[in-house]
Amino acid sequence: MTISGLFAAIFPLNSLGHYLQWHIFQISVANLIVIILMVITFAVALFAPFPGRRRRKENREHD
Amino acid sequence: MSTTEIDRQWTTRLRRRVAGKLPPDKLLPDTQPTYVSSWIYVFGVTTMAALTVVIATGCLLALRGPQWWHGSSVGHFVNSLHLWSVEIFFFAMVIHLWGKYFMAAWRGGRALTWMTGVVTFLTSIAAAFTGYLCQTNFDSQWISTQAKDGINATGAGAFWNVLNMGQMLMWHIVLLPIAAVALTVLHVLLVRVKGVVPPFEERPKVSS
Repeated sequence: MTISGLFAAIFPLNSLGHYLQWHIFQISVANLIVIILMVITFAVALFAPFPGRRRRKENREHD
Repeated sequence: MSTTEIDRQWTTRLRRRVAGKLPPDKLLPDTQPTYVSSWIYVFGVTTMAALTVVIATGCLLALRGPQWWHGSSVGHFVNSLHLWSVEIFFFAMVIHLWGKYFMAAWRGGRALTWMTGVVTFLTSIAAAFTGYLCQTNFDSQWISTQAKDGINATGAGAFWNVLNMGQMLMWHIVLLPIAAVALTVLHVLLVRVKGVVPPFEERPKVSS
């Protein structure tokens, strides 16, 4: 099986999309997953330590 | 030519104005303020990196044409790169937007920087939507017939015909990319002129 065939077996894109509905609101599962990933990435970007931040801060204080 | 005449030339006045607003060390600075050392500040440049890949892969698709991107494995690959770079472009741009919104990045005379970002975002959405119409497959036919009703309901269908493949292709590969890139350049230059927006001042604790 080729790599593309393997991916196609894991993530079948030829089937119908899956949708979630609540009253008048409807969203595809794919879009919902992307939005959740964006929120997680946003939170990680806010709180994850940035490399070299402490060193830069110390250098600035020495100056 | 006298000094007064040289001073009055539009090239002289423009050069002096540009040099005054954006000297080289401000345009390409050596260092950034300490508060920029956070992951939230990398999403603007991630968006621009993705835009570069979008434009580069779009140029390759334009060079070889639909038979190539539908019928060859390399064409499929470049087509996929074009799609996924657009996905990363919007992913990063939305996080950049959230970050700047919660920083109130329009503070300190940065309203024009914020507004150019807003217009770039809207232009990019139009560019992405016209891209769906230019795939030259059944998906683009389906999307165009669905979009037609929505566009006609606004009245814009009189001059913006989503069923006109030639018109949509020209918007997608000429007008909207030029607008998006020009707005991005303007946005970055404005960031350089005004500097990266500082974080909010920490409120002093009030002792009871």
